[in-house]
Amino acid sequence: MTARQRSVFVALVSTVLFFGAIGWVVVNSPNWAEVQREFLNPTVFANAIPGQLRGVWINIQIFLTAEVLILVLGLVIAVARSLPGPVLFPVRLLATIYTDVFRALPGILVITLLGFGVPALGLPGIPNDRFFWAVVALTLIYSAYVSEVYRAGIESVHPSQTAAARSLGLSHFQALRYVVVPQAVRRVIPPLLNDFIGLQKDSALVSILGVVEVFQAAKLRQQAIFNFTPYLVTALLFLLITIPLARLTDWLVARERRQRAATGGVR
Amino acid sequence: MTGPAGRALLIEGLHKSFGSLEVLRGIDLTVAEHEVVCLIGASGSGKSTLLRCINLLEPVDAGRIVVGGEEITDPTIDVDRVRRRIGIVFQAFNLFPHMNVLSNVTLAPRKVLGKSRAEADDEAAALLSRFGLADKRLEYPDRLSGGQQQRVAIVRALAMRPDLLLLDEVTSALDPELVAEVLDVIRELATGGMTMVIATHEMGFARDIAHRIAFLDAGQILEQGPPAEILTSPKEPRTRQFLQRVIRAGRL
Repeated sequence: MTARQRSVFVALVSTVLFFGAIGWVVVNSPNWAEVQREFLNPTVFANAIPGQLRGVWINIQIFLTAEVLILVLGLVIAVARSLPGPVLFPVRLLATIYTDVFRALPGILVITLLGFGVPALGLPGIPNDRFFWAVVALTLIYSAYVSEVYRAGIESVHPSQTAAARSLGLSHFQALRYVVVPQAVRRVIPPLLNDFIGLQKDSALVSILGVVEVFQAAKLRQQAIFNFTPYLVTALLFLLITIPLARLTDWLVARERRQRAATGGVR
Repeated sequence: MTGPAGRALLIEGLHKSFGSLEVLRGIDLTVAEHEVVCLIGASGSGKSTLLRCINLLEPVDAGRIVVGGEEITDPTIDVDRVRRRIGIVFQAFNLFPHMNVLSNVTLAPRKVLGKSRAEADDEAAALLSRFGLADKRLEYPDRLSGGQQQRVAIVRALAMRPDLLLLDEVTSALDPELVAEVLDVIRELATGGMTMVIATHEMGFARDIAHRIAFLDAGQILEQGPPAEILTSPKEPRTRQFLQRVIRAGRL
């Protein structure tokens, strides 16, 4: 046995023993039976799956629609904050106020205000659909975060790149469009994915509007049968969606680091 | 030296400060069409700032710059239109790392001059082969040597067919064995009659190529004249001092 094989073997044995011991303690604790009945009931689990899948499909629709809008609106706000010149000061100010406000307000408050408050005004032409307002609220909240991510990316592109673009006669907007933003976006893909994961989880907040998404579906079932197992189905579904994305983010970060190392680090 | 020609560039009383630091303190300079003027002087004497001012990359505090008869320091001027006619090449190349060589060269002709992709590609290909870069068309800047990158940067500036080309210490970031290939390109441009203002530390090169050398010291042009005069019998003690230091460093 080589030294490497030996250390793998030792790690394996120690891991099995460690988690085995924890498992044994949990399963043999005096209240394990109640825990299992309330949280890990196999029958309830199986019965909850179809409803939970219907619910999570709503979440997926919400966060995918919102994410597309967020990636666009966030970039518009980030660019607005970078506009030059005294004439455009009000635009910069507006963009700054927007990011400050929507990062400060609790998400649940924004969702409540928009989802219940705006339709209650009864204004003509304003939609009443809760799905619509859920998407709008999440878009407004997350665009504030995402615009800051974009802005950090834009500011990380060296000013000499802008100088080179402008010296060729490109306008401020063209320099952003063709030179700065493409480089900035590449650098901020990992933090953008991070915010996307946050958005996926926060899609459960729209349950307060009565949208029967996955969390609301679990809540309704739990209240009907007095068993918490449906929530575990919900938790499992979120893990199934977000963990692969988190691994993808890690992989992208590692790849980016490898590439930079290959070109000699600092550029 | 070219015969009597139009005036490509006129600078009068140019002042520029960064905060409390006065970098340019009253620059007067004229450059004729097809003339090559080399700016020499110690680091911090204002050579780079002067070039950046001519390209309006730095706003000037006082004075006038006239390019091809048009006052470009006029505050109402369209800076993007002015910059189309003035090319600049930077010490650090500043190529766009996310684009291949061809896209680096064709970006401005396509987006600024509105040329079709085919037309811009053809012109870029012709320029790239002229400077020995034909086989590098599809490479990304990171995969090129410094000398190749700088030649691409020169081609990128030339693709806009500028009336005036500014070169800002374009060989200072290069390994010594890569300097010659870049200088050869500039020499060819001078032979072709390109009007150029060149900030450089390569005194031997300046002597060969320049019609006129201007010595900058502390933000002023202390003296200027034909290379033979400035480099061999300078009038000003500061110029002599500077040249002695250069000779001691083995750069002349």
